[in-house]
Amino acid sequence: MSFREIAQIAGSAMNAQSLRLNTVASNLANAQTAATSEDQTYHARKPVFATVFRGGFDEPVGASVQVLDVVQSTEPLRKAHEPDNPAADANGDVFYPNVNSVAEMTDMMEASRAFETNVDVLSKVKSMQQSLLRLGEN
Amino acid sequence: MGINFNKDLDVHSDALRLRAERTRVLASNIANESTPGYQARDIDFNAAMQQLEQGGDTTSPGVEDSAIGYRVPNLPRADGNTVELGVEQAAFSQNAEDFQTSLTFLNMKIKGLSRAIEGN
Repeated sequence: MSFREIAQIAGSAMNAQSLRLNTVASNLANAQTAATSEDQTYHARKPVFATVFRGGFDEPVGASVQVLDVVQSTEPLRKAHEPDNPAADANGDVFYPNVNSVAEMTDMMEASRAFETNVDVLSKVKSMQQSLLRLGEN
Repeated sequence: MGINFNKDLDVHSDALRLRAERTRVLASNIANESTPGYQARDIDFNAAMQQLEQGGDTTSPGVEDSAIGYRVPNLPRADGNTVELGVEQAAFSQNAEDFQTSLTFLNMKIKGLSRAIEGN
């Protein structure tokens, strides 16, 4: 039976989703962090997920999730004229991160829902395994 | 008169094993819900069962390739992922119940045999 592998698959998905939540938290936390130049400004981070087929593509075995990389968003930064800001450059301009708060919030909801779905899978598989262990008992 | 455990328990133990295999495939679909380009798969239970019935190799752990197919999504997504969480969750929970059913049948078989052995 393949229950151990199912637990690993669900675990990999939970790991990926919690990393996604991690980037969302970083993005939201730094959404208002102004900086002097474009290079110094925080860029929104996004994880890249990929499928790992366990034991070959053609076999009916499971597919777990792998986080390939965390990439930085290439969206343009928001430039604001704030001469009073300590971080302002010679022209009195500062740069704000390219974090889209609304998109981050929806991403957060999707990640947490996906996480919970995998927790449900895990607990269901656990109960299946336990009933299998009780096979033959009265 | 001998009791052939393999023969008597065959159908239900095969069904149980297929259900466990299918659980794994469905769990993979749910796990890859947000992976771009992932294509959801499923086991055709009927076809896989028939393959086992037709003297298939019952010791091999896997299911034949021909019994595995790709899910046709109701609504294609822009990132090429064909997992629809509602569909997968429904299939997963139905499959888990079917697993319990097979398990119950198997249990009844075993109980019947043990009653025959004890003779009361």
